[in-house]
Amino acid sequence: MKIAKKTLIYLVLAIGALMMVLPFFWMLISSLKTAAEVNTTPPTFWPETPVFENYVYAFSKAPFLTYFRNSVQVTVCCVIVTMFTTILAAFAFSRLKFPGRDLLFSLLLSMMMIPFEMLIITNYATITNMGLLDTLPALIIPFCSSIFYTYILRNFFLAVPDSLYYSARIDGASNWRFLWRIMVPMAKPALVTIGLLNAIACWNSFLWTVVATNSKEVRTLPFGLYAFMTSSGIRYERLMAAATIVVVPMILLFIFCRKSIVTGVSRGGLKG
Amino acid sequence: MKKGIFKRQKKDGEPLTLRTFAEPAAYLLPFMIGLLVFTAYPFVNVIILSLRENYSLMSGTFSGIGLGNYVQIFHDPSFLNGLKNTGLYVLFVVPIATALSLLIATLLNSSIKLQGLFQTCYFLPMVTSITAVGLVWKWMFNYDYGLINYFFSLLHIAPVNWLNDPRYNLAALIIYGIWNMIPFTVILLLSGYQNINPQYYTAARVDGAREGRIFFRITVPLLAPTLGLTMIINVISASKVFTELFPLFNGKPGSAYSLYTVVYYLFDMFYKQWQLGPAAASAVILFIIVLIFTMLQLFVQRKWKNY
Repeated sequence: MKIAKKTLIYLVLAIGALMMVLPFFWMLISSLKTAAEVNTTPPTFWPETPVFENYVYAFSKAPFLTYFRNSVQVTVCCVIVTMFTTILAAFAFSRLKFPGRDLLFSLLLSMMMIPFEMLIITNYATITNMGLLDTLPALIIPFCSSIFYTYILRNFFLAVPDSLYYSARIDGASNWRFLWRIMVPMAKPALVTIGLLNAIACWNSFLWTVVATNSKEVRTLPFGLYAFMTSSGIRYERLMAAATIVVVPMILLFIFCRKSIVTGVSRGGLKG
Repeated sequence: MKKGIFKRQKKDGEPLTLRTFAEPAAYLLPFMIGLLVFTAYPFVNVIILSLRENYSLMSGTFSGIGLGNYVQIFHDPSFLNGLKNTGLYVLFVVPIATALSLLIATLLNSSIKLQGLFQTCYFLPMVTSITAVGLVWKWMFNYDYGLINYFFSLLHIAPVNWLNDPRYNLAALIIYGIWNMIPFTVILLLSGYQNINPQYYTAARVDGAREGRIFFRITVPLLAPTLGLTMIINVISASKVFTELFPLFNGKPGSAYSLYTVVYYLFDMFYKQWQLGPAAASAVILFIIVLIFTMLQLFVQRKWKNY
């Protein structure tokens, strides 16, 4: 009876897991097929002879290396700047004392429900007035202050005992020194989580990228992939190769940092 | 007014001086600038914009202040279509995805091996780009050679023209949406499970309760707060459905322009037609939808705090 139940659990979980992974498997397999083999019924679940010409084609027809570089630049800059503003703000909201602090913080928390989609109209005008339309900074600057990440980090900072702060102050450390020498190293797990969530959001961002950029030179991978689809026609073996290029870095990141990502998501939900 | 603040004393007796504000202000400055310029100001601005009637982008002039833009979009079949589709999408995706996630989370929570492998499989879609994976789904939904119609043929079901027959467009969007929503929901439900005291289960087993009874009498009530919150968060995120349309329908709202969503309408009015007034009005409607569900979330959170 017990064995039967266990088997059933594993069976259901395995079927579910297969459904979740199927698109990724199918993407990879299709990208290694020839045009003739892709369009056959019944489909083959393993390429007869794996070919890499689709990847060669994708890289030659669209500047995927440029897109890739842009994505990396935007993601890295965004994560670093956001981390900086988040650390400073979280410290002010947890450790520094000033009148109206908690009132200001709850006001900011209520701003968290403003959907970003609502703001694109005005942000487009702002970015245009700054002369940044169709540049990489346009993809970074609007996302450098995150209430959500500040909230996570503030909660982490609040858990650090007061005694640590006072003894550091008695030893003559300034707030600034205390923050970077003691708080930040202690908050490393929270910072890793925030950085990962932020990187995933940056890497996959689409709506704002479509609105704020236009030329090939500043496209990031998701928009570049979409442009590749509309410009080079629906040839699935090639599209799947291009999709693989976009997806693989995130899969690798996930496999190596699964625990931090999962903790981060379960702590506060993913704010897309 | 300001003088009054400065004269007051802080609780610990330190006098309030300019310094009291200077240091926090310096720490908050970079954060607040970004927030004011790219969230607070555009939020206010879009509301003002939505109230300006016949706003002209070129001259910056408008004929008056009123609800004209709202009247216009509520008479626009595309916007009504968007509201309907967004509603249907939420109505199907959220309950189905939550039910499936509850099953998966429950099974994952029972003491099984291979946790790491299963978690990787189930959570992977959360980190991958909607655009890229959407392309894969487009391929799987393909009428002639798609994987889904192939599986249908094995079950002797007639092939479905998912992406080119407008009757099935929404169904395709919903299937992709469910797949996309499961990882996040499973994670939240699993963390809800972590908070249930295992003693309840021990006690129930000692009393000889059966599994089904344990599930409905212990798990479901104790998981209810997490379940409720998860569903509301999912409703909010599903209300913003938009990006999925680009890979699936080549950037069109469905094959026959009958699959508008609220955000797609906003994007279309703003970016394609440059009608800022109606675009802003639809943005405010989106905000009101999100606001309602956020209030509901806060209410649920407060109500269940005792657990």
